[in-house]
Amino acid sequence: MTIGLTHYLVVTAILFTLGVAGIILNRKNIIVILMSVELILLAVTINLVAFSNALGDLTGQAFALFVLTVAAAETAIGLAILVAYYRNRGTIAVEDINILKG
Amino acid sequence: MTMSFSYALAHHFLPEAILAVGVLALILLGAWRGARAFALVNELTVGLLTLAIVILMLGGKTEAELFEGAFIDDAFARFMKVLTLVGSLATVLMSVDYLRRAKLAKFEFPVLVLLSTLGMMLLASANNLIALYLGLELMSLALYVVAAFDRDDARASEAGLKYFVLGALSSGMMLYGASLLYGFAGTVSFDGIAKAITGAPPLGATFGLVFVLAGLAFKISAAPFHMWTPDVYEGAPTPVTAFFASATKMAAIAITARIVETAFPSVTSQWRQIVIFLSVASMLLGAFAAIGQNNIKRLMAYSSIGHMGFALVGLAAGSEAGVRGVAIYMAMYLAMTLGVFAAILAMRVDGRCVETIPDLAGLSRTNGVTAFFLAMLMFSLAGIPPLGGFFAKYYVFLAAVDAELYPLAVLGVLASAIAAYYYLRIVKVIYFDEPAPAFDAAPISVRAVLAVSTVFMLGFWLYPAPIVEAASAAAKSLF
Repeated sequence: MTIGLTHYLVVTAILFTLGVAGIILNRKNIIVILMSVELILLAVTINLVAFSNALGDLTGQAFALFVLTVAAAETAIGLAILVAYYRNRGTIAVEDINILKG
Repeated sequence: MTMSFSYALAHHFLPEAILAVGVLALILLGAWRGARAFALVNELTVGLLTLAIVILMLGGKTEAELFEGAFIDDAFARFMKVLTLVGSLATVLMSVDYLRRAKLAKFEFPVLVLLSTLGMMLLASANNLIALYLGLELMSLALYVVAAFDRDDARASEAGLKYFVLGALSSGMMLYGASLLYGFAGTVSFDGIAKAITGAPPLGATFGLVFVLAGLAFKISAAPFHMWTPDVYEGAPTPVTAFFASATKMAAIAITARIVETAFPSVTSQWRQIVIFLSVASMLLGAFAAIGQNNIKRLMAYSSIGHMGFALVGLAAGSEAGVRGVAIYMAMYLAMTLGVFAAILAMRVDGRCVETIPDLAGLSRTNGVTAFFLAMLMFSLAGIPPLGGFFAKYYVFLAAVDAELYPLAVLGVLASAIAAYYYLRIVKVIYFDEPAPAFDAAPISVRAVLAVSTVFMLGFWLYPAPIVEAASAAAKSLF
Protein backbone atom coordinates (compact mmCIF):
# COMPACT_ATOMS: atom_id res chain seq x y z
CA MET A 1 0.00 0.00 0.00
CA THR A 2 1.37 3.41 -0.90
CA ILE A 3 0.76 6.39 1.28
CA GLY A 4 -1.14 8.92 -0.84
CA LEU A 5 -2.61 12.37 -0.43
CA THR A 6 -5.81 10.98 1.07
CA HIS A 7 -3.92 9.43 3.98
CA TYR A 8 -2.30 12.74 4.79
CA LEU A 9 -5.63 14.52 4.60
CA VAL A 10 -7.23 12.01 6.97
CA VAL A 11 -4.39 12.42 9.46
CA THR A 12 -4.59 16.20 9.33
CA ALA A 13 -8.37 16.13 9.67
CA ILE A 14 -7.98 14.01 12.82
CA LEU A 15 -5.24 16.28 14.19
CA PHE A 16 -7.33 19.38 13.48
CA THR A 17 -10.38 17.86 15.16
CA LEU A 18 -8.30 16.90 18.18
CA GLY A 19 -6.96 20.43 18.41
CA VAL A 20 -10.40 22.04 18.23
CA ALA A 21 -11.82 19.50 20.69
CA GLY A 22 -8.88 20.19 23.00
CA ILE A 23 -9.75 23.89 23.07
CA ILE A 24 -13.50 23.48 23.42
CA LEU A 25 -13.71 20.51 25.80
CA ASN A 26 -10.70 21.36 27.97
CA ARG A 27 -11.73 22.34 31.51
CA LYS A 28 -8.36 22.20 33.23
CA ASN A 29 -5.43 24.23 32.10
CA ILE A 30 -4.59 26.97 29.63
CA ILE A 31 -1.25 25.39 28.72
CA VAL A 32 -3.28 22.53 27.25
CA ILE A 33 -5.15 25.08 25.12
CA LEU A 34 -1.85 26.44 23.80
CA MET A 35 -0.82 22.89 22.94
CA SER A 36 -4.13 22.36 21.14
CA VAL A 37 -3.53 25.51 19.09
CA GLU A 38 -0.14 24.09 18.09
CA LEU A 39 -1.88 20.87 17.08
CA ILE A 40 -4.21 22.79 14.76
CA LEU A 41 -1.31 24.67 13.19
CA LEU A 42 0.59 21.41 12.77
CA ALA A 43 -2.38 19.91 10.94
CA VAL A 44 -2.39 22.92 8.64
CA THR A 45 1.34 22.63 7.99
CA ILE A 46 1.12 18.95 7.07
CA ASN A 47 -1.86 19.73 4.86
CA LEU A 48 0.03 22.43 3.01
CA VAL A 49 3.14 20.32 2.48
CA ALA A 50 1.10 17.30 1.36
CA PHE A 51 -0.86 19.41 -1.13
CA SER A 52 2.33 21.10 -2.30
CA ASN A 53 3.87 17.70 -2.99
CA ALA A 54 0.78 16.35 -4.72
CA LEU A 55 0.38 19.45 -6.88
CA GLY A 56 4.09 19.77 -7.66
CA ASP A 57 3.84 23.43 -6.61
CA LEU A 58 6.21 25.07 -4.14
CA THR A 59 3.77 27.74 -2.92
CA GLY A 60 2.36 25.41 -0.28
CA GLN A 61 5.77 24.84 1.27
CA ALA A 62 6.46 28.57 1.36
CA PHE A 63 3.06 29.02 3.04
CA ALA A 64 4.00 26.30 5.57
CA LEU A 65 7.17 28.21 6.48
CA PHE A 66 5.14 31.37 7.07
CA VAL A 67 2.75 29.39 9.27
CA LEU A 68 5.62 28.04 11.38
CA THR A 69 7.12 31.50 11.84
CA VAL A 70 3.87 33.16 12.81
CA ALA A 71 2.96 30.24 15.10
CA ALA A 72 6.16 30.85 17.07
CA ALA A 73 5.31 34.54 17.50
CA GLU A 74 1.74 33.70 18.44
CA THR A 75 2.79 31.24 21.13
CA ALA A 76 5.29 33.71 22.56
CA ILE A 77 2.58 36.35 22.88
CA GLY A 78 0.15 33.80 24.31
CA LEU A 79 2.60 32.76 27.00
CA ALA A 80 3.39 36.40 27.82
CA ILE A 81 -0.30 37.16 28.32
CA LEU A 82 -0.63 33.99 30.37
CA VAL A 83 2.20 35.12 32.68
CA ALA A 84 0.55 38.53 33.12
CA TYR A 85 -2.72 36.78 33.93
CA TYR A 86 -1.07 34.40 36.41
CA ARG A 87 0.52 37.32 38.26
CA ASN A 88 -2.88 38.89 38.78
CA ARG A 89 -4.90 35.82 39.65
CA GLY A 90 -2.41 33.18 40.83
CA THR A 91 -4.15 30.50 38.78
CA ILE A 92 -4.30 29.34 35.18
CA ALA A 93 -7.22 26.92 35.55
CA VAL A 94 -9.80 27.42 32.81
CA GLU A 95 -12.74 27.34 35.23
CA ASP A 96 -11.31 30.28 37.18
CA ILE A 97 -11.33 32.61 34.16
CA ASN A 98 -14.68 34.07 35.06
CA ILE A 99 -14.45 37.68 36.20
CA LEU A 100 -16.02 38.86 32.95
CA LYS A 101 -19.42 37.37 32.23
CA GLY A 102 -23.08 38.18 31.85
CA MET B 1 9.54 33.16 -11.95
CA THR B 2 11.07 36.59 -12.25
CA MET B 3 10.88 39.42 -9.81
CA SER B 4 8.09 41.54 -11.11
CA PHE B 5 8.25 44.38 -8.61
CA SER B 6 8.37 47.54 -10.59
CA TYR B 7 9.37 50.83 -9.04
CA ALA B 8 6.83 52.51 -11.30
CA LEU B 9 4.14 50.80 -9.20
CA ALA B 10 5.78 51.48 -5.85
CA HIS B 11 3.50 54.44 -5.09
CA HIS B 12 0.60 51.98 -4.70
CA PHE B 13 2.38 50.64 -1.65
CA LEU B 14 3.39 54.03 -0.26
CA PRO B 15 0.97 54.29 2.71
CA GLU B 16 1.95 50.83 3.96
CA ALA B 17 5.65 51.54 3.38
CA ILE B 18 5.38 54.76 5.38
CA LEU B 19 3.66 53.02 8.29
CA ALA B 20 6.10 50.08 8.23
CA VAL B 21 9.23 52.24 8.21
CA GLY B 22 7.64 54.71 10.60
CA VAL B 23 6.74 52.08 13.18
CA LEU B 24 10.29 50.70 13.19
CA ALA B 25 11.69 54.19 13.67
CA LEU B 26 9.25 54.78 16.52
CA ILE B 27 10.30 51.55 18.26
CA LEU B 28 13.92 52.72 18.06
CA LEU B 29 12.96 56.14 19.35
CA GLY B 30 11.05 54.57 22.21
CA ALA B 31 13.91 52.24 23.12
CA TRP B 32 16.32 55.17 23.05
CA ARG B 33 14.30 57.70 25.04
CA GLY B 34 12.63 55.18 27.35
CA ALA B 35 9.74 56.31 29.51
CA ARG B 36 9.95 59.91 28.30
CA ALA B 37 9.13 58.88 24.73
CA PHE B 38 5.36 58.55 25.12
CA ALA B 39 4.31 62.06 24.14
CA LEU B 40 6.67 62.26 21.17
CA VAL B 41 5.87 58.77 19.87
CA ASN B 42 2.19 59.53 20.23
CA GLU B 43 2.45 62.75 18.23
CA LEU B 44 4.52 61.07 15.52
CA THR B 45 1.96 58.25 15.34
CA VAL B 46 -0.79 60.78 14.78
CA GLY B 47 1.39 62.34 12.07
CA LEU B 48 2.05 59.02 10.33
CA LEU B 49 -1.61 58.01 10.35
CA THR B 50 -2.67 61.42 9.03
CA LEU B 51 -0.02 61.25 6.31
CA ALA B 52 -1.24 57.81 5.23
CA ILE B 53 -4.85 59.08 5.07
CA VAL B 54 -3.81 62.10 3.00
CA ILE B 55 -1.81 59.95 0.57
CA LEU B 56 -4.73 57.53 0.16
CA MET B 57 -7.24 60.32 -0.42
CA LEU B 58 -5.12 62.39 -2.79
CA GLY B 59 -3.15 59.57 -4.41
CA GLY B 60 -3.72 57.84 -7.75
CA LYS B 61 -7.09 56.39 -8.64
CA THR B 62 -5.67 53.53 -10.70
CA GLU B 63 -5.68 49.85 -9.85
CA ALA B 64 -2.54 47.71 -9.60
CA GLU B 65 -1.37 44.34 -8.31
CA LEU B 66 2.03 44.17 -6.65
CA PHE B 67 4.30 41.43 -5.27
CA GLU B 68 3.27 38.63 -7.65
CA GLY B 69 -0.38 39.52 -7.18
CA ALA B 70 -0.27 39.18 -3.39
CA PHE B 71 -1.18 42.83 -2.83
CA ILE B 72 -3.87 44.71 -4.68
CA ASP B 73 -4.43 48.45 -4.58
CA ASP B 74 -7.94 49.22 -5.83
CA ALA B 75 -10.73 51.62 -4.95
CA PHE B 76 -12.27 49.16 -2.47
CA ALA B 77 -8.99 48.68 -0.61
CA ARG B 78 -8.42 52.44 -0.50
CA PHE B 79 -11.93 53.13 0.81
CA MET B 80 -11.65 50.56 3.59
CA LYS B 81 -8.10 51.64 4.43
CA VAL B 82 -9.17 55.24 4.91
CA LEU B 83 -11.91 54.06 7.29
CA THR B 84 -9.43 51.86 9.17
CA LEU B 85 -6.93 54.69 9.47
CA VAL B 86 -9.61 57.10 10.70
CA GLY B 87 -10.52 54.56 13.37
CA SER B 88 -6.89 54.18 14.44
CA LEU B 89 -6.28 57.92 14.40
CA ALA B 90 -9.31 58.62 16.58
CA THR B 91 -8.23 55.83 18.94
CA VAL B 92 -4.75 57.27 19.36
CA LEU B 93 -6.09 60.79 19.85
CA MET B 94 -8.64 59.70 22.45
CA SER B 95 -6.27 57.36 24.28
CA VAL B 96 -3.70 59.93 25.50
CA ASP B 97 -5.62 61.28 28.47
CA TYR B 98 -6.98 57.85 29.47
CA LEU B 99 -3.54 56.23 29.38
CA ARG B 100 -1.96 59.06 31.40
CA ARG B 101 -4.62 58.80 34.12
CA ALA B 102 -4.40 55.00 34.21
CA LYS B 103 -0.58 55.20 34.49
CA LEU B 104 -0.33 53.33 31.20
CA ALA B 105 1.37 56.11 29.24
CA LYS B 106 3.99 53.89 27.62
CA PHE B 107 5.24 54.39 24.09
CA GLU B 108 4.39 50.77 23.25
CA PHE B 109 0.70 51.61 22.99
CA PRO B 110 0.85 53.85 19.90
CA VAL B 111 3.47 51.52 18.40
CA LEU B 112 1.20 48.50 18.82
CA VAL B 113 -1.77 50.39 17.41
CA LEU B 114 0.36 51.34 14.39
CA LEU B 115 1.53 47.75 13.87
CA SER B 116 -2.01 46.50 14.09
CA THR B 117 -3.15 49.20 11.65
CA LEU B 118 -0.45 48.12 9.23
CA GLY B 119 -1.78 44.57 9.46
CA MET B 120 -5.31 45.86 8.78
CA MET B 121 -4.15 47.75 5.70
CA LEU B 122 -2.36 44.69 4.35
CA LEU B 123 -5.52 42.72 5.07
CA ALA B 124 -7.70 45.17 3.12
CA SER B 125 -5.30 44.78 0.18
CA ALA B 126 -4.69 41.03 0.47
CA ASN B 127 -5.17 39.28 -2.83
CA ASN B 128 -4.02 35.77 -1.98
CA LEU B 129 -4.33 33.40 0.95
CA ILE B 130 -0.78 33.96 2.24
CA ALA B 131 -1.20 37.75 2.29
CA LEU B 132 -4.58 37.24 3.98
CA TYR B 133 -3.00 35.10 6.72
CA LEU B 134 -0.03 37.37 7.32
CA GLY B 135 -2.16 40.52 7.39
CA LEU B 136 -4.63 38.88 9.77
CA GLU B 137 -1.88 37.75 12.14
CA LEU B 138 -0.03 41.07 12.11
CA MET B 139 -3.32 42.70 13.08
CA SER B 140 -4.29 40.09 15.67
CA LEU B 141 -0.95 39.62 17.43
CA ALA B 142 -0.77 43.34 18.18
CA LEU B 143 -4.43 43.33 19.26
CA TYR B 144 -3.88 40.51 21.77
CA VAL B 145 -1.21 42.60 23.45
CA VAL B 146 -3.18 45.87 23.53
CA ALA B 147 -6.20 44.02 24.98
CA ALA B 148 -4.02 43.04 27.95
CA PHE B 149 -2.18 46.39 27.97
CA ASP B 150 -3.26 47.17 31.52
CA ARG B 151 -1.32 44.16 32.68
CA ASP B 152 -1.75 44.75 36.42
CA ASP B 153 -5.51 44.72 36.07
CA ALA B 154 -7.15 41.31 36.45
CA ARG B 155 -10.01 42.20 34.11
CA ALA B 156 -7.75 43.46 31.30
CA SER B 157 -5.43 40.47 31.47
CA GLU B 158 -8.42 38.14 31.46
CA ALA B 159 -9.78 39.97 28.41
CA GLY B 160 -6.40 39.59 26.70
CA LEU B 161 -6.25 35.90 27.53
CA LYS B 162 -9.77 35.22 26.26
CA TYR B 163 -9.15 37.19 23.11
CA PHE B 164 -5.89 35.36 22.52
CA VAL B 165 -7.34 31.86 22.95
CA LEU B 166 -10.36 32.46 20.73
CA GLY B 167 -8.31 34.49 18.24
CA ALA B 168 -5.77 31.69 17.93
CA LEU B 169 -8.59 29.19 17.43
CA SER B 170 -10.13 31.37 14.72
CA SER B 171 -6.80 31.85 12.91
CA GLY B 172 -6.31 28.09 13.07
CA MET B 173 -9.72 27.47 11.51
CA MET B 174 -9.15 30.11 8.85
CA LEU B 175 -5.78 28.59 8.07
CA TYR B 176 -7.12 25.04 7.84
CA GLY B 177 -9.70 26.31 5.37
CA ALA B 178 -6.98 28.14 3.45
CA SER B 179 -4.90 24.95 3.21
CA LEU B 180 -7.90 23.05 1.82
CA LEU B 181 -8.62 25.82 -0.69
CA TYR B 182 -5.00 25.77 -1.79
CA GLY B 183 -5.11 22.02 -2.26
CA PHE B 184 -8.36 21.85 -4.17
CA ALA B 185 -7.85 24.98 -6.28
CA GLY B 186 -4.13 24.41 -6.80
CA THR B 187 -3.31 28.06 -6.16
CA VAL B 188 -3.38 30.60 -3.35
CA SER B 189 -4.35 33.62 -5.45
CA PHE B 190 -7.98 34.78 -5.24
CA ASP B 191 -8.22 35.14 -9.02
CA GLY B 192 -6.82 31.64 -9.50
CA ILE B 193 -9.29 30.21 -7.00
CA ALA B 194 -12.13 31.98 -8.85
CA LYS B 195 -11.03 30.29 -12.09
CA ALA B 196 -10.57 26.86 -10.51
CA ILE B 197 -13.75 26.67 -8.43
CA THR B 198 -16.85 26.93 -10.58
CA GLY B 199 -20.11 25.08 -10.97
CA ALA B 200 -20.30 22.31 -8.38
CA PRO B 201 -17.10 22.72 -6.32
CA PRO B 202 -15.38 19.64 -4.81
CA LEU B 203 -16.33 18.87 -1.22
CA GLY B 204 -12.86 19.85 0.03
CA ALA B 205 -13.16 23.31 -1.47
CA THR B 206 -16.59 23.80 0.13
CA PHE B 207 -15.11 22.78 3.48
CA GLY B 208 -12.29 25.23 2.90
CA LEU B 209 -14.75 28.03 2.16
CA VAL B 210 -16.74 27.25 5.32
CA PHE B 211 -13.64 27.24 7.54
CA VAL B 212 -12.27 30.45 6.06
CA LEU B 213 -15.60 32.21 6.57
CA ALA B 214 -15.87 30.85 10.12
CA GLY B 215 -12.39 32.17 10.92
CA LEU B 216 -13.23 35.58 9.49
CA ALA B 217 -16.60 35.60 11.31
CA PHE B 218 -14.65 35.41 14.59
CA LYS B 219 -12.75 38.55 13.64
CA ILE B 220 -15.87 40.51 12.70
CA SER B 221 -17.59 39.01 15.79
CA ALA B 222 -20.59 37.70 13.89
CA ALA B 223 -22.83 35.28 15.83
CA PRO B 224 -22.37 32.34 16.51
CA PHE B 225 -18.65 33.22 16.71
CA HIS B 226 -19.19 36.25 18.92
CA MET B 227 -18.67 34.81 22.42
CA TRP B 228 -15.40 36.63 23.08
CA THR B 229 -16.80 40.03 22.16
CA PRO B 230 -18.73 41.13 25.29
CA ASP B 231 -16.03 39.95 27.70
CA VAL B 232 -13.16 41.51 25.77
CA TYR B 233 -15.03 44.78 25.22
CA GLU B 234 -15.82 45.03 28.91
CA GLY B 235 -12.41 44.01 30.23
CA ALA B 236 -10.06 45.83 27.88
CA PRO B 237 -9.14 49.49 28.54
CA THR B 238 -11.79 51.74 26.92
CA PRO B 239 -9.58 53.20 24.13
CA VAL B 240 -8.64 49.63 23.19
CA THR B 241 -12.31 48.69 23.08
CA ALA B 242 -12.90 51.67 20.78
CA PHE B 243 -10.11 50.37 18.55
CA PHE B 244 -11.59 46.85 18.49
CA ALA B 245 -15.03 48.16 17.67
CA SER B 246 -13.89 50.55 14.92
CA ALA B 247 -10.71 49.92 12.94
CA THR B 248 -10.57 46.14 13.39
CA LYS B 249 -14.10 45.68 12.07
CA MET B 250 -13.34 47.73 8.95
CA ALA B 251 -10.42 45.50 7.95
CA ALA B 252 -12.20 42.24 8.78
CA ILE B 253 -15.31 43.20 6.78
CA ALA B 254 -13.08 44.39 3.92
CA ILE B 255 -11.31 41.06 3.57
CA THR B 256 -14.54 39.10 4.00
CA ALA B 257 -16.17 41.05 1.18
CA ARG B 258 -13.10 40.76 -1.00
CA ILE B 259 -12.65 37.03 -0.58
CA VAL B 260 -16.27 36.10 -1.26
CA GLU B 261 -16.62 38.47 -4.22
CA THR B 262 -13.27 37.92 -5.93
CA ALA B 263 -12.38 34.31 -5.03
CA PHE B 264 -15.88 32.78 -5.13
CA PRO B 265 -17.93 34.81 -7.62
CA SER B 266 -19.26 31.75 -9.44
CA VAL B 267 -20.34 29.83 -6.34
CA THR B 268 -22.42 32.61 -4.78
CA SER B 269 -25.17 30.17 -3.79
CA GLN B 270 -22.64 28.28 -1.63
CA TRP B 271 -21.36 31.16 0.50
CA ARG B 272 -24.61 33.10 0.48
CA GLN B 273 -26.22 30.52 2.79
CA ILE B 274 -23.39 30.94 5.29
CA VAL B 275 -23.45 34.74 5.13
CA ILE B 276 -27.24 34.80 5.54
CA PHE B 277 -27.00 32.51 8.56
CA LEU B 278 -24.27 34.65 10.16
CA SER B 279 -26.24 37.78 9.38
CA VAL B 280 -29.58 36.63 10.82
CA ALA B 281 -27.94 35.12 13.91
CA SER B 282 -25.95 38.32 14.55
CA MET B 283 -28.88 40.68 14.03
CA LEU B 284 -31.15 38.72 16.37
CA LEU B 285 -28.48 38.17 19.01
CA GLY B 286 -27.48 41.84 18.87
CA ALA B 287 -31.12 42.87 19.27
CA PHE B 288 -32.09 40.57 22.14
CA ALA B 289 -28.92 40.06 24.18
CA ALA B 290 -28.22 43.78 24.58
CA ILE B 291 -31.58 44.44 26.24
CA GLY B 292 -30.52 43.15 29.67
CA GLN B 293 -27.09 44.79 29.73
CA ASN B 294 -26.21 47.35 32.35
CA ASN B 295 -22.59 48.02 31.41
CA ILE B 296 -22.41 50.35 28.45
CA LYS B 297 -19.24 48.77 27.01
CA ARG B 298 -20.94 45.39 27.12
CA LEU B 299 -24.04 46.87 25.54
CA MET B 300 -21.90 48.31 22.74
CA ALA B 301 -20.38 44.85 22.23
CA TYR B 302 -23.82 43.38 21.52
CA SER B 303 -24.67 46.44 19.47
CA SER B 304 -21.56 45.88 17.31
CA ILE B 305 -22.52 42.22 16.84
CA GLY B 306 -25.94 43.36 15.63
CA HIS B 307 -24.43 45.97 13.31
CA MET B 308 -22.10 43.42 11.76
CA GLY B 309 -25.24 41.37 11.07
CA PHE B 310 -26.78 44.33 9.22
CA ALA B 311 -23.60 44.89 7.21
CA LEU B 312 -23.59 41.20 6.22
CA VAL B 313 -27.12 41.66 4.81
CA GLY B 314 -25.52 43.74 2.08
CA LEU B 315 -22.82 41.16 1.50
CA ALA B 316 -25.41 38.38 1.23
CA ALA B 317 -26.93 40.18 -1.75
CA GLY B 318 -23.73 39.28 -3.61
CA SER B 319 -24.13 42.25 -5.95
CA GLU B 320 -22.33 45.50 -6.62
CA ALA B 321 -25.15 47.36 -4.87
CA GLY B 322 -24.68 45.03 -1.90
CA VAL B 323 -20.98 45.78 -1.56
CA ARG B 324 -21.71 49.49 -1.95
CA GLY B 325 -24.19 49.11 0.93
CA VAL B 326 -21.56 47.35 3.04
CA ALA B 327 -19.02 50.11 2.36
CA ILE B 328 -21.50 52.85 3.28
CA TYR B 329 -22.60 50.87 6.34
CA MET B 330 -19.04 50.57 7.57
CA ALA B 331 -18.43 54.31 7.13
CA MET B 332 -21.54 55.14 9.17
CA TYR B 333 -20.82 52.46 11.75
CA LEU B 334 -17.29 53.81 12.18
CA ALA B 335 -18.50 57.33 12.90
CA MET B 336 -21.25 56.18 15.28
CA THR B 337 -18.95 53.81 17.18
CA LEU B 338 -16.16 56.34 17.58
CA GLY B 339 -18.69 58.90 18.79
CA VAL B 340 -20.22 56.57 21.38
CA PHE B 341 -16.82 55.49 22.66
CA ALA B 342 -15.76 59.13 22.93
CA ALA B 343 -18.85 59.62 25.10
CA ILE B 344 -17.92 56.55 27.17
CA LEU B 345 -14.40 57.95 27.64
CA ALA B 346 -16.00 61.17 28.86
CA MET B 347 -17.80 59.20 31.62
CA ARG B 348 -15.60 60.03 34.56
CA VAL B 349 -16.74 61.04 38.06
CA ASP B 350 -14.09 62.52 40.40
CA GLY B 351 -11.35 61.10 38.18
CA ARG B 352 -12.70 57.56 38.21
CA CYS B 353 -14.17 55.84 35.14
CA VAL B 354 -17.82 54.84 35.38
CA GLU B 355 -19.41 52.65 32.77
CA THR B 356 -22.93 51.64 33.74
CA ILE B 357 -26.08 53.00 32.15
CA PRO B 358 -27.51 54.49 35.41
CA ASP B 359 -24.35 56.65 35.56
CA LEU B 360 -25.74 58.45 32.49
CA ALA B 361 -28.97 59.36 34.28
CA GLY B 362 -30.03 62.96 33.88
CA LEU B 363 -26.98 63.80 31.79
CA SER B 364 -29.10 66.37 29.94
CA ARG B 365 -29.24 68.49 33.09
CA THR B 366 -25.58 68.13 34.11
CA ASN B 367 -23.98 68.26 30.66
CA GLY B 368 -26.46 69.22 27.95
CA VAL B 369 -24.09 69.17 24.99
CA THR B 370 -22.70 65.68 25.61
CA ALA B 371 -26.23 64.48 26.33
CA PHE B 372 -27.49 65.84 23.01
CA PHE B 373 -24.59 64.32 21.05
CA LEU B 374 -24.96 60.93 22.72
CA ALA B 375 -28.73 60.94 22.20
CA MET B 376 -28.28 61.73 18.49
CA LEU B 377 -25.76 58.89 18.18
CA MET B 378 -28.22 56.54 19.87
CA PHE B 379 -30.97 57.60 17.43
CA SER B 380 -28.52 57.02 14.60
CA LEU B 381 -27.52 53.56 15.89
CA ALA B 382 -31.22 52.72 16.09
CA GLY B 383 -31.55 53.77 12.44
CA ILE B 384 -33.95 56.69 12.79
CA PRO B 385 -34.14 58.98 9.73
CA PRO B 386 -32.67 61.34 8.67
CA LEU B 387 -29.56 60.40 10.63
CA GLY B 388 -26.62 58.58 9.03
CA GLY B 389 -27.46 55.24 10.63
CA PHE B 390 -30.76 55.17 8.74
CA PHE B 391 -29.06 55.55 5.34
CA ALA B 392 -26.56 52.83 6.25
CA LYS B 393 -29.43 50.39 6.80
CA TYR B 394 -31.36 51.73 3.81
CA TYR B 395 -28.58 50.88 1.33
CA VAL B 396 -28.00 47.33 2.61
CA PHE B 397 -31.71 46.47 2.79
CA LEU B 398 -32.22 47.93 -0.68
CA ALA B 399 -29.51 45.64 -2.04
CA ALA B 400 -31.07 42.63 -0.28
CA VAL B 401 -34.49 43.43 -1.77
CA ASP B 402 -32.95 43.84 -5.24
CA ALA B 403 -31.36 40.41 -4.84
CA GLU B 404 -34.82 39.04 -3.91
CA LEU B 405 -33.77 38.16 -0.38
CA TYR B 406 -37.10 39.34 1.04
CA PRO B 407 -37.14 37.25 4.26
CA LEU B 408 -33.64 38.51 5.13
CA ALA B 409 -34.66 42.13 4.60
CA VAL B 410 -37.83 41.66 6.68
CA LEU B 411 -35.88 40.01 9.51
CA GLY B 412 -33.36 42.84 9.35
CA VAL B 413 -36.03 45.51 9.73
CA LEU B 414 -37.60 43.58 12.62
CA ALA B 415 -34.25 43.15 14.38
CA SER B 416 -33.55 46.84 13.92
CA ALA B 417 -36.93 47.69 15.49
CA ILE B 418 -36.18 45.47 18.51
CA ALA B 419 -32.69 46.92 18.87
CA ALA B 420 -34.19 50.43 18.87
CA TYR B 421 -35.63 49.59 22.30
CA TYR B 422 -32.30 49.59 24.13
CA TYR B 423 -30.91 52.57 22.25
CA LEU B 424 -34.02 54.59 23.08
CA ARG B 425 -33.84 53.40 26.69
CA ILE B 426 -30.46 55.14 26.96
CA VAL B 427 -31.98 58.34 25.53
CA LYS B 428 -34.76 58.06 28.12
CA VAL B 429 -32.21 57.59 30.94
CA ILE B 430 -30.24 60.60 29.73
CA TYR B 431 -33.23 62.92 29.45
CA PHE B 432 -35.84 61.81 31.96
CA ASP B 433 -34.13 60.17 34.96
CA GLU B 434 -33.02 61.90 38.13
CA PRO B 435 -29.46 63.19 37.63
CA ALA B 436 -26.54 61.02 38.73
CA PRO B 437 -23.28 62.74 39.81
CA ALA B 438 -21.99 65.07 37.08
CA PHE B 439 -19.07 64.01 34.91
CA ASP B 440 -15.67 65.69 34.99
CA ALA B 441 -14.72 67.92 32.06
CA ALA B 442 -13.60 65.68 29.20
CA PRO B 443 -10.30 66.27 27.39
CA ILE B 444 -10.51 68.26 24.16
CA SER B 445 -9.65 65.31 21.86
CA VAL B 446 -12.51 63.23 23.25
CA ARG B 447 -14.96 66.11 22.88
CA ALA B 448 -13.72 66.74 19.34
CA VAL B 449 -14.24 63.11 18.27
CA LEU B 450 -17.71 63.12 19.82
CA ALA B 451 -18.67 66.38 18.13
CA VAL B 452 -17.25 65.52 14.70
CA SER B 453 -18.88 62.11 14.53
CA THR B 454 -22.25 63.45 15.68
CA VAL B 455 -22.16 66.32 13.21
CA PHE B 456 -21.26 63.82 10.49
CA MET B 457 -24.26 61.66 11.43
CA LEU B 458 -26.57 64.68 11.58
CA GLY B 459 -25.35 66.21 8.33
CA PHE B 460 -24.88 63.17 6.14
CA TRP B 461 -28.26 63.49 4.41
CA LEU B 462 -27.50 67.07 3.38
CA TYR B 463 -24.50 66.10 1.29
CA PRO B 464 -24.17 62.31 0.94
CA ALA B 465 -22.53 62.40 -2.51
CA PRO B 466 -18.82 62.11 -1.55
CA ILE B 467 -19.32 58.99 0.60
CA VAL B 468 -21.86 57.36 -1.71
CA GLU B 469 -19.73 57.98 -4.80
CA ALA B 470 -16.57 56.70 -3.15
CA ALA B 471 -18.48 53.60 -1.96
CA SER B 472 -19.88 53.04 -5.47
CA ALA B 473 -16.39 53.23 -6.98
CA ALA B 474 -15.14 50.89 -4.26
CA ALA B 475 -17.88 48.33 -4.96
CA LYS B 476 -17.28 48.58 -8.71
CA SER B 477 -13.62 47.63 -8.32
CA LEU B 478 -14.55 44.24 -6.83
CA PHE B 479 -16.66 43.16 -9.82
